[in-house]
Amino acid sequence: MKWKRRLSWVGTGLFTILGIAYIAPILIVLMNSFKKKVYINKEPFTMPAGKTYAGWDNYLAAINKYQLLSAVGWTVFITIGSVLVILICTSMCAWYITRVQTKFTKTLYFLCVFSMVVPFQMVMFTLSLIADRTGLNTPWGIIIIYLGFGAGLAVFMFCGFVKGIPIEIEEAAMIDGCTPVRTFFNVVLPIMKPTYISVGILETMWIWNDFLLPYLVLDLNKYKTISIIIQYMKGSYGRVDMGAIMAALIMAVIPVIIFYLCCQKHIIKGVAAGAVKG
Amino acid sequence: MKRYMPLFVLPTLCAFILGFILPFIMGVGLSFCKFTTVTDAKFVGFSNYIKALQDTVFRHSFWYTALFTVVSLLVINVIAFALAMALTQKMRGTNIFRTIFFMPNLIGGIVLGYIWQLIFNGILAKYSTALALNEWYGFWGLIILVSWQQIGYMMIIYIAGLQAIPGDVLEAAQIDGATGWQRLWKVTVPMMMPSITICSFLSVTNGFKLFDQNLSLTAGEPGKMSEMMALNIYNTFYGRTGWEGVGQAKAVLFFILVVIIGVLQLRATRSKEVQQ
Repeated sequence: MKWKRRLSWVGTGLFTILGIAYIAPILIVLMNSFKKKVYINKEPFTMPAGKTYAGWDNYLAAINKYQLLSAVGWTVFITIGSVLVILICTSMCAWYITRVQTKFTKTLYFLCVFSMVVPFQMVMFTLSLIADRTGLNTPWGIIIIYLGFGAGLAVFMFCGFVKGIPIEIEEAAMIDGCTPVRTFFNVVLPIMKPTYISVGILETMWIWNDFLLPYLVLDLNKYKTISIIIQYMKGSYGRVDMGAIMAALIMAVIPVIIFYLCCQKHIIKGVAAGAVKG
Repeated sequence: MKRYMPLFVLPTLCAFILGFILPFIMGVGLSFCKFTTVTDAKFVGFSNYIKALQDTVFRHSFWYTALFTVVSLLVINVIAFALAMALTQKMRGTNIFRTIFFMPNLIGGIVLGYIWQLIFNGILAKYSTALALNEWYGFWGLIILVSWQQIGYMMIIYIAGLQAIPGDVLEAAQIDGATGWQRLWKVTVPMMMPSITICSFLSVTNGFKLFDQNLSLTAGEPGKMSEMMALNIYNTFYGRTGWEGVGQAKAVLFFILVVIIGVLQLRATRSKEVQQ
């Protein structure tokens, strides 16, 4: 048994090194975000010191010159708004189409599954056109677009769960005089809590990081998300400000890491559950 | 119950029509038209499809994407499986390691691309070259990037699968005198086929649909040679006026391809699954 315990320590040591190597890219960017911009491309792997140290200048540049804070605000708004709307609307829809079996609901379910395989490139041009014409090119409107385009996966996952709930519970509630609305919110919704967390996490990860959909749909003169700002900084501003980009990258990553560390148990469980159903 | 249909279904249905069904149908229709905005669409039959198939850059992007998908599928799944095996052994700190390996998965494609661009260009600069100078630097760069991003995700799925294997089956094999290697290939892998099906399906579709990472890491440099299919379609739409119809035709072809590959791949791995 002694050699086994020793082997486990060797494994731990090995994985510690591997783990540090794994997060090194993020640390390198963090290091460079405190370096003066002219030195970033020249010597990206040295610590900022002396004349290369820039303090918080890069962060201030990103915030003042590129309105990064408003982008963070809009991204938070769009993500939270869309995820809440998706969770409520699609769970209600999924419950109805599993419990009421008609040709209409079966078709709708099939279309939802179908929409999961369709790549975004297939609809991107027409979708951005529709959004433009109907005035949905605002952070409020994009919530409706996300509900529509994200409905497939969410409805599919909720349906899979609703099928597993014994219908007797709902029938008992209905016999006791509950309307379907009350049955849903007082009986079904509490049972589905784990699914809400799984779906919520998957949709949050998708919407927070999404680039192309908001890029094509939003009115870019007024609203930008973090991903869009970063792409803009690199692309169309003539001289590229590497320092500000490093700061923006860090500011895009930090909320994600905090969110992850707060609810990593749910995230990992949600991913495993979501994958098994998918 | 049916009276409540509007309340329960209508919000999702309206958004779904607006956000998916309508654009999809319009997209299929427009792939047969020449247009710059929808109002001036003129029916041209299959000429968009012919133009799309004759486009050498598009054909190159197809082979580049296919190769990328195969390589990333192998790299990601082999490493993720190995990590999952290692991290289900009795060892200190497995939970922390799982947490670390999963983390890059939560970072968005654009951000990932620029993080790795800095690192790759920093390394390549020592040999006085750069990412944008060689399509194969971009290729392997993208492989490293998506591996870094997705290994943790696949690892989590494999760990869930490994934990679901009943311990007595492995024990029985051991008592019957199977070596560690035999136990891996004759017991663990067949029992893991459902997880392998899911993970390979996910990495194949992720590989084919890859866009953000491609755009931010290389943007198709040098000269569209590292352009993958999704980026090629995007550039056809928004980079060449008069070619919108061709872009839409490419998108339809792309969609059909993704569906075919998904179905074939699911069939191939499903048939290897065993009853538990």
